[in-house]
Amino acid sequence: MTAPAAPLTGALAEHPALDQWVAFPAPGKITVRTGKVEIGQGVLTAMLQLAAEELDVAPQRIAISSGDTDFTPNEGFTAGSQSMQFGGVALRQACAEVRALFLQHAAERLGCGIADLSIADGRILRHGAPTAEDYWTLAATVRLDVKATGAAPRKPAASYDTVGRSAARLDLPAKVFGAPAFIHDMTLAGVRHARPVRQPRRGATIGTIDEAAIRRAARGEIEFVRHGNFLAIVGDDETAVEAVAAQTHATWHGVEPLNPLQQQAASLLQQPTIDRTVGAPPSEAAGRANHYEATYSRAYLAHASIAPSCALAEFREGHLTVWTHAQGVFPLRAALAQSLGLEAKNISVRHVQGPGCYGHNGADDVAADAAIIAMQKPGTPIRVRWRREEEFAFEPVSPAMVVKVRAALDDAGRPSDWTAEIWSGTHSARPGSGNLLGAQALPHPPPDYPPADVPDGGAVRNGTPLYAISAKRIIHHLVPETPVRTSALRGLGAMPNVFAIECFIDELAERAGEDPVQYRLAITSDPRARAVIERVAKMSAWQAGLPAGTGRGRGIGFARYKDRAAYAAVVVELEVDETIRLARMWCAADVGLAVNPDGAINQLEGGMIQSASWVLKEQVRLETTGIASRDGETYPVLRFSEVPQITVELIEGATDVPLGAGEATASPTAAAIGNAVAHALGTRLRDLPLTRERIMATLLSSEWRVANGDANYSLFATHYSPSRPRLSRPMPRETSVARCGSRGRRPGARRNGRRAAWRRASPCGRGRGWSSGTSWRG
Amino acid sequence: MAQFELTLNGRTVKVTVANEETSLLAVLRDAFGLVGTRFGCGLEQCGCCMVLIDGAPQKSCAKPIWSVAGKSITTIEGLGTPEHPHPLQQALLDEQAGQCGYCLSGILISAKALLDRSPSPSRAEIAQALDDNICRCGSHNRILRAVEKAAAMQREATR
Repeated sequence: MTAPAAPLTGALAEHPALDQWVAFPAPGKITVRTGKVEIGQGVLTAMLQLAAEELDVAPQRIAISSGDTDFTPNEGFTAGSQSMQFGGVALRQACAEVRALFLQHAAERLGCGIADLSIADGRILRHGAPTAEDYWTLAATVRLDVKATGAAPRKPAASYDTVGRSAARLDLPAKVFGAPAFIHDMTLAGVRHARPVRQPRRGATIGTIDEAAIRRAARGEIEFVRHGNFLAIVGDDETAVEAVAAQTHATWHGVEPLNPLQQQAASLLQQPTIDRTVGAPPSEAAGRANHYEATYSRAYLAHASIAPSCALAEFREGHLTVWTHAQGVFPLRAALAQSLGLEAKNISVRHVQGPGCYGHNGADDVAADAAIIAMQKPGTPIRVRWRREEEFAFEPVSPAMVVKVRAALDDAGRPSDWTAEIWSGTHSARPGSGNLLGAQALPHPPPDYPPADVPDGGAVRNGTPLYAISAKRIIHHLVPETPVRTSALRGLGAMPNVFAIECFIDELAERAGEDPVQYRLAITSDPRARAVIERVAKMSAWQAGLPAGTGRGRGIGFARYKDRAAYAAVVVELEVDETIRLARMWCAADVGLAVNPDGAINQLEGGMIQSASWVLKEQVRLETTGIASRDGETYPVLRFSEVPQITVELIEGATDVPLGAGEATASPTAAAIGNAVAHALGTRLRDLPLTRERIMATLLSSEWRVANGDANYSLFATHYSPSRPRLSRPMPRETSVARCGSRGRRPGARRNGRRAAWRRASPCGRGRGWSSGTSWRG
Repeated sequence: MAQFELTLNGRTVKVTVANEETSLLAVLRDAFGLVGTRFGCGLEQCGCCMVLIDGAPQKSCAKPIWSVAGKSITTIEGLGTPEHPHPLQQALLDEQAGQCGYCLSGILISAKALLDRSPSPSRAEIAQALDDNICRCGSHNRILRAVEKAAAMQREATR
């Protein structure tokens, strides 16, 4: 090999030994290994495509092994839209290295140059003609216990055959035909079922346990397992242990009641914080006369995985084996080792698929529960599946956030200096930055972690816009004490931040009298960002100047996830009458190399729908004893009849670099909905979720009435009267035309004492052509 | 101990349970090993455990076994096989309609019940028929497309 060594990418740098990644177990068969795991995002299918491409074999020859501490490389967590961008790139290079080694050996054996050789479905060709050699004839002599060099040539993107073509998901058939597919479906010989009686808080001690009541409630024989303040019931029959709401039969000491008002994001502003500033130093521009400020918030969110978490564990002859659907088998193993006093080498953690998690839900904690119980009952396999209510009550939730944005504006009304002030609890209590719940109840609980957020951006993720603004900074207020445990949910801080940024940008555009799309393009220099904004405008037949306040609205949102992953722009069209009804959503995304384009689109679509659910419906509710929203009634999510039609297009680009896509659309979708609702109502709601109560409160506020005129107020009041049937038509357009021509309508500006500033702008901020010939598409 | 007889995917079967309040879901999964019917919530809220009981889609997670004695139960395993997929199963695969896939068994059952009573449902009717099923990953539109496609396949086959 003559190519110079290149730096190893992703996990390959930490795990350069090629036999960690690729093996040839039998003639015609290849095994590839990845530390990344399938969490419903289709990652294993895409990994297999990358491996097949670089190894030049049919995908059917490859079996993929993933997420097993005994067999796969340690790639940390499957999270943060990094699987393709880092894990995929590592596996791809490993396969290229393996291919190069085999070609080198084939050339020696055949007495020719490497350049004469090629590979077709694992067979070595010389000048395109078959030889007697293939991967498997050579496998015995090619040593793979060598380190990757980084020098092996990768296939050029132009000659891709498998990568870049939509491939059917490997895991889907089992799920469509009802085969055992999930950890919940897994069993072991002699398995016993267990349910923990959860310690309500760290430090709480068991007071009384009404064992008799618990035995009466159980529908069969059960026994108690207790270790410190960790308590569980165990039985042979799952129905027996499931029947016991054991939580209600135990009392605890040392539990302070919560203040339910802390469910409001605004309560963060009253908490002690740990502060830091990221980005540009303070500037004089920030204090200039022409500035604008607005504050946005989002409530605590649950992952609301469709099934509660489940795990199996067995402790036999000093070795603990745990089966889990957690996102990181190695971090979980390390946390188990620390908590249970075992050496990591005496623990095996194996990933089994579970329901979609979208972040750090109860998966790690239920695995710890199973492990703790299994160690108390050596030789007996233990299965723990939390009850639905326990998943809602004890999983870590996504922290509430408050984001205050302040911008100094230039003469054209564009931001020249930008400050985002962010209040949030931590976005990571994952193993390694937080303790496993069960471990905290043990006789010697591991020490608490000092308060910290995700190093590469939890609350500050996407905290500043990608737009061309000369000075941008974040003031980050980490709130160390939150009423409930908080951790990672899809996108972390990106959603509240992008919601704030992109709503704020719309507010600035309106003040400047510019169309939101044009305004964005005017401050966007990154050509890939421009491309997705322009494409989504085209897809949605975006029209400048459609009147606001008609009950029907359209909004746009844009972000590049993490400022380094995929670009996505989303347009949402909706109607607001009794509630918000989504009509259409469009997305243009640039995910770089789309290894499996249909898989990427599936993820982008899913992110849009989940975000719509967050924005319209979701908030964790508290009571004095903890989380009150513990089921599908109290924590509703979007249903089929509420989901709009969605169109997603990928921007084709000549690149072989995949950009993480799984979290790219959630944030711009939230913003697009916020902007569309503002457009529909003619006034802005800055606090999520956008509930009916909030809409009503906004519309009935005197400020809105003054700003919008009593004619509109009476129309909306009629609209929102609970006794009235829902209006099926948007409000008459003339109403807003008349209002727009004669009155201002920027309550935020007025509040800010900047009335003169926005008066200069066109009173009908949405620009050209709105008063005649405007119409809504489809 | 109590014994019950029911028809399960076309076969008459007997089951003995320690407690007659045991849910149909637990019987399907534990006694018969039919784990295709998934446990989602145990509260009759998510639809993962949907089965057909005498042709009607019903949640099985909180339905005591005594209440279905003598009835005919169809589970996801009774719909089709990889060799002979039901049109709904084929259409879900064609449309790649799923992400984590945990909801799909229940959705297939709800959709089958819909197509059995309404061979040409509108998109809105399909959505309404699936409103008892939660999909958290956001595969809704693909699933709706797949059901439309399966309806067309079935109409074609019976023409």
